[in-house]
Amino acid sequence: MSVSRRDFMAMGAAATAGAAIAPGIRLIELAQAKSPEEAVTAAQRWGLLIDTNKCNKGCTSCVDACHTENGIDHEQLKGSDATKPQWIRKVEVKDPNTGYEHSLPVMCQHCQEPPCVDVCPTGASFKRADGIVLVDRHICIGCRYCMMACPYKARSFEHEDITGQKEYAPRGKGTVESCTMCVHKVDRGDGTTACAEACAKEGHNAILFGDLNDPKSEIAQTVRSKATRRIREDLNLDNSVRYIGI
Amino acid sequence: MLRKSQKFASLLVLLAAVGLATSSIASGHGDEKHDNSRVPLPKHSITKGDKCVEPTDVMRKSHMEFILHHRDKTVHQGIRTKQHSLKNCVNCHADPETKSVLGKDGFCESCHTYAAVSIDCFSCHTDKANASKQTMRPIDAIGQKVIAITGGEK
Repeated sequence: MSVSRRDFMAMGAAATAGAAIAPGIRLIELAQAKSPEEAVTAAQRWGLLIDTNKCNKGCTSCVDACHTENGIDHEQLKGSDATKPQWIRKVEVKDPNTGYEHSLPVMCQHCQEPPCVDVCPTGASFKRADGIVLVDRHICIGCRYCMMACPYKARSFEHEDITGQKEYAPRGKGTVESCTMCVHKVDRGDGTTACAEACAKEGHNAILFGDLNDPKSEIAQTVRSKATRRIREDLNLDNSVRYIGI
Repeated sequence: MLRKSQKFASLLVLLAAVGLATSSIASGHGDEKHDNSRVPLPKHSITKGDKCVEPTDVMRKSHMEFILHHRDKTVHQGIRTKQHSLKNCVNCHADPETKSVLGKDGFCESCHTYAAVSIDCFSCHTDKANASKQTMRPIDAIGQKVIAITGGEK
């Protein structure tokens, strides 16, 4: 039997397509929950999408949930309010031309080009492979350069001795801290953060957590289909936290 | 022959040496004595489990290195295995009454006091076992008002 060149090429193409759609064989491995002994990889990129149209003025449930989850107790601290740690805060903004007011939560924006990491003299400020920006407080010397470098005012310095920390969220005097994107929950495979959970519980659903690298995730699909913006886009920091309606 | 100032200096040195010797003898008298030792020995009451994650002599010598390596893996790479994690140490070795590894008879503190080595871990990490399962601090006056207004619902 003789096969023409054209037929041969067609057969080859069909065979390739068959291999790709065969069960259990994928060209790109799907994101799966990580086992505890596995290191994080750049296959994931965790991010948050905040819809400011759904965020209620005066509601602070995300801030409260963050404090409860990470053991931040402002009443334990004696210093002024200006020096108390703030991992997430509500910001009220108003357009002076139209009078349109809205409120939005601002936390560490988990930049992929983080200025805090650039300026850190000890390497304590770092970006994890999956895009989460953290402070390694074992090597933080409390110089606060990162606080000066951060355009989002996202970091806090711990001025006082702390007691009653959570076992998964160690915090202590003399080091800088900020939103960890609930890294302990992410590593556990909860698939959400304390703030996103609290917002959903309130029925607002303004905060969406997910993997920006997974094309099937809700966050990736939403950022593909809707106009989203990042705060201070002009700085080209490639933030993992995006906003709708700003 | 020694000059006057040299004599004075040597007298000072002698006095200082005598002073140091007496103070070290005095400090040797601890509050408690065990096995006729001048220094109170650490107490090791192990209540949980049959054996540690490594042999006892290895742990005694190298526990700090295990935790050091584990902390870097956990913080930077997100590896959260139990074997050499500080959380696991605390959960297992905490005193069943105080739920802590610190305190006079605490597993960590009693031995570190004996060896005169300060522990840095617990200025940031909790010294309590299962700290996240602890109850919250009592409801204050503001909290009571909020509950009165909202009926306890958020």
